[in-house]
Amino acid sequence: MGTFHQGKHDLHGITVVVETDGPDLFVGRVDDIDDRGVILLDADLHREGEAERSREEYLDRAARFGVFARHRRLVVPVDRVTGIRRLGEL
Amino acid sequence: MPYSPLIVNPMRQELTSVGVQELTTPEDVDAFMNDKDGTAMLVVNSVCGCAAGMARPGIRTALEHERRPDRVASVFAGQDLEATAHARGYFDDVPPSSPSIAFFKDGELVWFMPRHRIEGRTADDVAADLRAVFDEHCATVAAS
Repeated sequence: MGTFHQGKHDLHGITVVVETDGPDLFVGRVDDIDDRGVILLDADLHREGEAERSREEYLDRAARFGVFARHRRLVVPVDRVTGIRRLGEL
Repeated sequence: MPYSPLIVNPMRQELTSVGVQELTTPEDVDAFMNDKDGTAMLVVNSVCGCAAGMARPGIRTALEHERRPDRVASVFAGQDLEATAHARGYFDDVPPSSPSIAFFKDGELVWFMPRHRIEGRTADDVAADLRAVFDEHCATVAAS
């Protein structure tokens, strides 16, 4: 995508929701996706029930306003990822 | 670190040339935000491709619509740091992102377009969303 980001995954620069096989849900901007996993920038992590919000409540607010970037960069290991969706499509 | 004005000025002018007021100081922001009558749109401008390819062109197109906000202004994230931070303080429960667009009616935030609703879309998509907000909240601008 773009002039300066060749070689990156098609979702590079796109804010996504990464679902996992556990209670954690990640929201962040994709830097790349490779055999290590999903590399997210300016990301947030939500655990079911955290801050007394359900996953649905968290995603509803995230879809409307975005998320506070509590993590500058993180990698969601490939073996934990069960799904990736564009936040803008929620 | 802010970019050179030589690079950024065209990005500013792309909005100011269509009547968007640029807020470059906290005082500018206060003056704009403290006028709570009617409708107001605040654009958080940015140097990124999403702003260049989608947000700014979409905003320019939307502002041609027969219904428009009473007032439109912008702050420039990454460039006018204090003004941008000060503006975000008016809706600090909203995560900062850029580009982004905040729409106020009678001083209340009634609609927000975060970055993730700009990235991966087109300028026409952005314009369409803005026109829908304008149709819902704004009065028809009298022909001049």
